[in-house]
Formats: sequence, C-alpha cells, structure tokens
Amino acid sequence: MSEEPNHTQLAVIGGGPGGYAAAFLAADLGLQVVLIDPELNPGGVCLYRGCIPSKALLHVAKVLTESREATRWGIEFPEPKVTLEKLRAWKEGVVQRLTGGLGQLSKQRRVRYLRGEASFVDARNLKIKKPGGSEEQLGFHNTIVATGSRPAAVPGISLASPRILDSTTALEIQDIPKTMLVVGGGYIGLELGTVYATLGTQVSVVEMMPGLLPGVDRDLVTPLAKRLEGLFRSVMLNTKVGEMQEQKDGVRVKFVGHELAAPEGVFEKVLIAVGRKPNAQVPGLEKTKVELDQRGFIKVDLQRRTTEPSVFAVGDVAGEPMLAHKATHEGRVAVEAIAGHKVAFEPRAIPAVVYTDPEIAWCGLTEEQAKQEKRPVKVVRFPWAASGRALTLDRPDGVTKLIIDPETESVLGVGVTGSGAGELIAEGVLAVEMAASAMDIALSIHPHPTLSETVMEAAEVFFGNATDLYRPKK
Amino acid sequence: MPTEFRLPELGENIEAGDLLKVLVSVGDIINPDQPVLELETDKATVEVPSPVYGRIREIHVKEGEKVKVGQLILTVEDGAQGLAVAREEKPEASRVAPAAPGPVLVEMPRPEVAPPVSAATPIGALGVPGGAPSALGELFDLESAYVKPGSAQAVQPRQLAPAAPSVRRLARELGVDINHVSGTGPGGRIFEADVKAHAKSLISQPVARAGAALPAAALPDFTRWGDVERQAMSNVRRKTAEHMSYAWSTVPQVTQYDKADVTTLEELRKRHGKRAEEAGGKLTVTAVALRVVASALKIFPQFAASIDAGRNEIIYKKYFHIGVAVDTDRGLLVPVIRDADKKNIVELSVELAHAAEKARNKKLALEDMEGGVFTITNLGGIGGTAFSPIVNAPEVAILGISRASLEPVFVNGTFQSRKMLPLSLSYDHRLIDGADAARFLRWVAEALEQPFLLPLVG
Repeated sequence: MSEEPNHTQLAVIGGGPGGYAAAFLAADLGLQVVLIDPELNPGGVCLYRGCIPSKALLHVAKVLTESREATRWGIEFPEPKVTLEKLRAWKEGVVQRLTGGLGQLSKQRRVRYLRGEASFVDARNLKIKKPGGSEEQLGFHNTIVATGSRPAAVPGISLASPRILDSTTALEIQDIPKTMLVVGGGYIGLELGTVYATLGTQVSVVEMMPGLLPGVDRDLVTPLAKRLEGLFRSVMLNTKVGEMQEQKDGVRVKFVGHELAAPEGVFEKVLIAVGRKPNAQVPGLEKTKVELDQRGFIKVDLQRRTTEPSVFAVGDVAGEPMLAHKATHEGRVAVEAIAGHKVAFEPRAIPAVVYTDPEIAWCGLTEEQAKQEKRPVKVVRFPWAASGRALTLDRPDGVTKLIIDPETESVLGVGVTGSGAGELIAEGVLAVEMAASAMDIALSIHPHPTLSETVMEAAEVFFGNATDLYRPKK
Repeated sequence: MPTEFRLPELGENIEAGDLLKVLVSVGDIINPDQPVLELETDKATVEVPSPVYGRIREIHVKEGEKVKVGQLILTVEDGAQGLAVAREEKPEASRVAPAAPGPVLVEMPRPEVAPPVSAATPIGALGVPGGAPSALGELFDLESAYVKPGSAQAVQPRQLAPAAPSVRRLARELGVDINHVSGTGPGGRIFEADVKAHAKSLISQPVARAGAALPAAALPDFTRWGDVERQAMSNVRRKTAEHMSYAWSTVPQVTQYDKADVTTLEELRKRHGKRAEEAGGKLTVTAVALRVVASALKIFPQFAASIDAGRNEIIYKKYFHIGVAVDTDRGLLVPVIRDADKKNIVELSVELAHAAEKARNKKLALEDMEGGVFTITNLGGIGGTAFSPIVNAPEVAILGISRASLEPVFVNGTFQSRKMLPLSLSYDHRLIDGADAARFLRWVAEALEQPFLLPLVG
C-alpha cells in the first residue's frame, strides 16, 4: 500500500545527464529535491547504455587500430587476442564507477534518490511505482521531465530476433559476429560499426541518403568516408532496407535502391541505428496541460517550461539535438528559472561530436546551414597535412574549418575532422559563444606542436597569412 | 489530396503585405483558424489563420517577402491522408478537430480577437537556436530523413547578438533585449558596459523607443463621471496612432511658418482650370504645390533625405515621390505621387484626383502608399489659419497648407488686397537647421508667388 503522502519543492523524473544535473543544481540552490529513476543509480542512457560504454569500446578500437598501424613505424605486434568477458567487465566497471559516483553525489547533496517509475496523478502530484511493487505518492511544487529517448525502429520493418540489435544490445557485445549489417549511416551506426569492424566483424552499412552522416558538412565527412572504405566491407548509399527475414545462418536482408551493389545479403547480425525517439509517453501526462509537438517532443519555452506551468521538460524529450550536454545545460536553465532567476536556453553553439576514427566535431553555424539560409559567410580551411603534430601522429587525414561572418569577421561556426577533434571543438564553442573574431583566434598564442594550432592557423588563412600554408595571392 | 492555401482577401481592400513571421513549419499539423502567418499590411499587422486542417507539406513564402492576395502560401496535406500519418506517430493528433474538406476562405478575424500565439510553442517545435541542432536533427531522426533532408528542421535558428554568455545573462537579468543593444567592440561585439548603458538609456527615456506600440498609460475610470462607450480601434486608426507616436517621439521637430501671395496664382488657376478638368483633374493648390515642392527638393536635397541613426549616415534620395495626405471616412491615408519632378501641373492634378478617389474608395494598394520622400498636407479646404503637421518619419519634412484669405498687404506705399496662403513646414531638426527651413519655405512661397520661377530655375 501507499506510504504517507509527502511533498517536495522539485521532483525530477529521469536520472540522465539532464535530470541529475538539474537535481544537483537545485540542491545547490537550496531547493528540496527528489530525483526519480528506475535504475540503481543516476546516469541514464548516457552512462548506462550510450555515450560512456560506447566511448570505452571506441577507445579499445583505437588501441587495436594503432597497434596494427604500428607496422608502418617499424613496430610489429602479434595479432591481439580479445577476451570478451574481460572487455565487457572493464566497460561495466567504468559505468559502475561513474554511476556509483553520481549516487554518492546525490547523497552528499541531500537529493532524495527515489528508485522507481513515475506517473502523473495531476499537475501537482506524482505516483511512483517502486521496484518492490509498492507505490508512493509525491506532491511537488515543480517537476522536470527528463525521461530521455529510446532507439527508433525502421518504419514498417519489425523483426523480433536476437540477431537484430539496437544500440543498447550492441553495446553488450554478446559476441563478435562474422558479418553485421548496420542500418543507418548516422553517428550511432558508424561508431558501433567501427567497434565491431575493429574487433573483426565484416561490417556493411546501409544508408538511405546519398552520404554518410546526413546534414554534416561534406568536407568534414570526406576524410572519414575514405577511411571507412578500408574498415568496412561495404557502404551502400541511396539504399533502403526493404525486407528482413530470419533464417538459419542469419538474417536475409533485401535492399531497395536505384544502384544496388547487391540486391540482398545474409548477415549474422543486423544493427538498427536509425535515430532515437523521445520518451514523451510518461503515464498520466495527459492529465496535465503538457502538449507535444508534431514530432512527439514535449513543447517547451525558452526556460524549458511546458504548457503546464508547474511542469518543465529538458533533454531528448524536449527536442533536438538529442545530446547529453544539451540536456545538462537545459536542466540547469530550468532549475534556475524555477529558482526565480531570469534565464533562457539560448546557446550560440551546441557542439556535436562523432567519435569515429577520425572524429568529426562541429559547433555553431555549419556551412550547409549557411547555404540553406542564404547567409553570406566566408569559410576557411586548414588541412591537417600542414600540421606538424598531425604528421607526428601519422594522421594527416583531417581538416579544421571556420565559418566566419564576412562583415564583422566574428566566428559563427567551427568544424573539425581528425584525431581528437572532439577535444578541439571546445575552443570553437568558446569562440562562438564569446563572439570572438577571426583576429582574436589568430592573435591567441597556441601551443606548438599541437593539433589546436590548426584552429589558429585556420584563422590566419582568413587573413591570407597562415604560417604553414602558402596560398598564392589572387 | 494536397490543398493549396492562398492568401485570402484581407479586407479593406488590402492587396498585399510584408510577411513578418511564419508561425508554422513544414510537418506541423494546423487546425482551422490557427494563425499561420503574421502579415504587416500598410495599416496594420494581422495574423492570417489557416482555413483548413492538415499537415504542412510545403511553405512557399519566406519571412520578409511581400505577399499578395491570392499568392500560394502553403501546401497542406489535408483530410484523411494528413490525419492518418499524424495518428500513426502522435498521440496528440487524435485530439485535434476533424478535417475541413478543402480550402475555405474564412473571414479575417480582427487582430484584436485573433488568438494569441502561445509563447511556449516556438522553441520546442521549431528547433533549438545555435548551429549544430539542425544538422544533428538529421543524424538522429530517420523519419525526417526519409521524407526530405532538413525538412523537419528547416526553420532558421534565431540569430543571437554577438555577446558572451555572461553578458547575455546580464542583459536578461536587467530586462534588456540583447538584440537591441549596440556593441562597441570589434565587429559590434557587446560588452557588459554596453548592456548597462543601454539599460540606463531605456530608464531615462522610456518613450523614445522606435516602432513601439502605443504607450499604455494607466487610465482613470471614466464611468465615475458619466456613461462611456468602448470601441476597438480600426486598423487605420491604430496604425496611424502607432506611427504618429513613433514620429513624435523620434523626431525633434520644429515648425516654420510663412505666407505666400497667391493672387497671381489664383488668376492663373482660374484661367487654366479648364485644361485640367478636360484632362480629368482639378487644378488645386495642392497640385501646384506638388510641382513646386518637387523642384524645391532638388535644390534643397536634405529635405528629401532620411537619417540612418544606427550608422550615423544621411541617406539622400534621388527620386521625388511625394505623399499627399487624404482625409477619408476610415481615417488618414497618404497616397504617394511618383516622380512629381517629371510631371507638369496638369498631369499632377489628374494623378492627384485619381489617388484621392482611390483612397476614398478603398482602392489604394500598399505600393500606392510607399516610397514617399516628403509629404504635403492641405487642410485649406476645411479652414484654419495655420497648423503644425507632424513629420512623416523616416521622411524629414512635411508641408502644411491652410486656407488662403484676402489680406491687406502694404505694397509700393499702399495697402492692397492680396490673397495670402498660409504655409507651415515641420522639419527634423537633427538634419535640417532653422535657416535652411526658412530658405526652403521661402523658396516654395516665392515659387507660388511667381510661377515663372518654376521653369526658370526649378
């Protein structure tokens, strides 16, 4: 039976990067907070089934790749032996350490962590079903819905089989299949495809759009696409999956498209990575005035308040881009708004990183977007072949580009492809957020020899005087 | 079947408007009467409601564009098809009212009663400001990719002012719209000091805000003293009120008065009046004044200029379109006579008669009322000895004409009966000095006194 009804100033539903960041800040601001999530500790998809485990595996993939490439430098290793149990245990260890840490942080901040599934009774009350089956009613002054997202299915094709993986099951690495088809050439498919291919699986990717990573500037994608040609068995563009059938030795997949390399194929495993769907179907949400938009996201304003004044929503459930760091920032904005501060979620730049090899990262305005908006911009590029640091890493396959306002010369966007691009993009975010000009970047001394110099030299390209790149005068 | 939604009649014979805002995006489900566009016509801003229910397949217009009545605005997948797609993936779609069968022309609701757009809608629905989102949207969302790349996120992200996050936060705390602050840094970068200075200026001059709506002052309860009746302002009245407030609060104006001896001109008008009538016009003082002013503007170009305060520049216009205030039963309208410097007085009289006729019959198009560099307002037909017109900003001067009357004038040692025409010139003192105004008005008066001056030097 239900316990004594209780009440809190803020109830946060969902313990992912949006939810726990919100709960922690709220506690820091002196609010009484309850954080609700079905898992043992906070963390959400990002820590349990997303960013963190995939990055652990991608790090392993990188080490494997480098050990193989070392032959070029006169170092030869025998073919490595992969012990899956140990690999899984290490990955799980990372996850547990991080999520356990978040549990600790909750306690230290006196955030009440309530394990269970929340449903709305009305716009002021929740009911939480706990793992043991008992229920608790919780009144709140404000609530933040941070329920995240889940992998999307391919419309029209449903096949329940252990051979069909989504990002969650793929991260478990049950085995290393001989062949795998990755449906979807977006970042999740390419990252996981990279992991499996490096571990020895023959990976094929099918993507319905004419290029990998649709929406990303093509010049950023090209170096990756070239490298993947060697890593993957095949990349089928302009191709859709028409039909899937399970048979003894695998899944038979029929392809639809104009220029098919093969009309069908049999794959031991198929990974569906066609995007994610918001988890907006919180039970009882219909008892509030919360509204969804046509794509299923919860509608929110600049403070992340929904159409129900006591309810806020942050993270994947509140709109694109579905990225952990965007959720965290939104969570903090929502809490500050609840605490009565005049705040708004109005970033100039939200960075995105694809952790493939090479990595791709960008923030702010992209070249493609500028084209669509017919906004005049000046784009400058610095190829990594001219970077000393890139050559010492034997990785000249990269480019750093700046998208610059031709009138004010301020940096509107930054894009990087190359080893470690994900780390480099932070400088780009700072530049865009601070409205730095190309001159500001060109005049800031960057350490030598580092990859970060490519950002400075790209800015120098804007003025036609990059040290390590000669461009004949027009 | 897709339905085409064209811009309906907007009433009061408005034929076009500037598209201020598209309130929906591709993929949205719209309901009948839901506002889809915000349109600014010459006299008011109106929200254009959708006549149909359905999912938007394509938006054919862009913000900032001029949109004409009958122009294709949206393609909407209506009825069963749009609804079926919607139901499949969205629980909220089932709550929506059933589809209207096809395009229906609905009457424009008055803006006063049009449903306000929910402030909560735009951000979640339209995507996040900033760079990466739209690209990522495609990465993540297969369904939108299956339709058309970028279609779901086609809405342009809001451009943010060049200011650091801490400065933007300060602006929010001070209640300052960062987009209104002009930055003193390189490339217009906004610093903390700029925000504070802006906030200070707002406090010290609360009224002087360009384009502001009517300042709403607290009103007493008039019914304490007797019966009152409340009426909604007509669009024309509202726009006039807004524009006058804007002009009055932005332009430091001065009025210069003068009188022109039009005894000779009156004789000429009588003698040649027939010609104008035959051509279909009327040889009025205003028609003559149009030609005189056009010539004066060529000699005194700063009277046909505008001030770009943001850039500290003066814009000199090399065309001489002149607006003429016309009193109609709907209020004040200002049709513009094109190239007044290239037409003779008879031609101008004909055009003026047509323009006035169109204004009174609600036939004026938006284009007929824009592009003026100077305005003439003649109240002489009604009476009065003088008045101070308000400069029709961003123009910098306006000529007021009152009723001519016979006056004793001391000429060559004796008093003579002369017909004197009172003139008043209000001008923007930021650009025009008093002496220039006196010279300009004197030139106009002399040209009216000695019509020979026109062909001679005009």
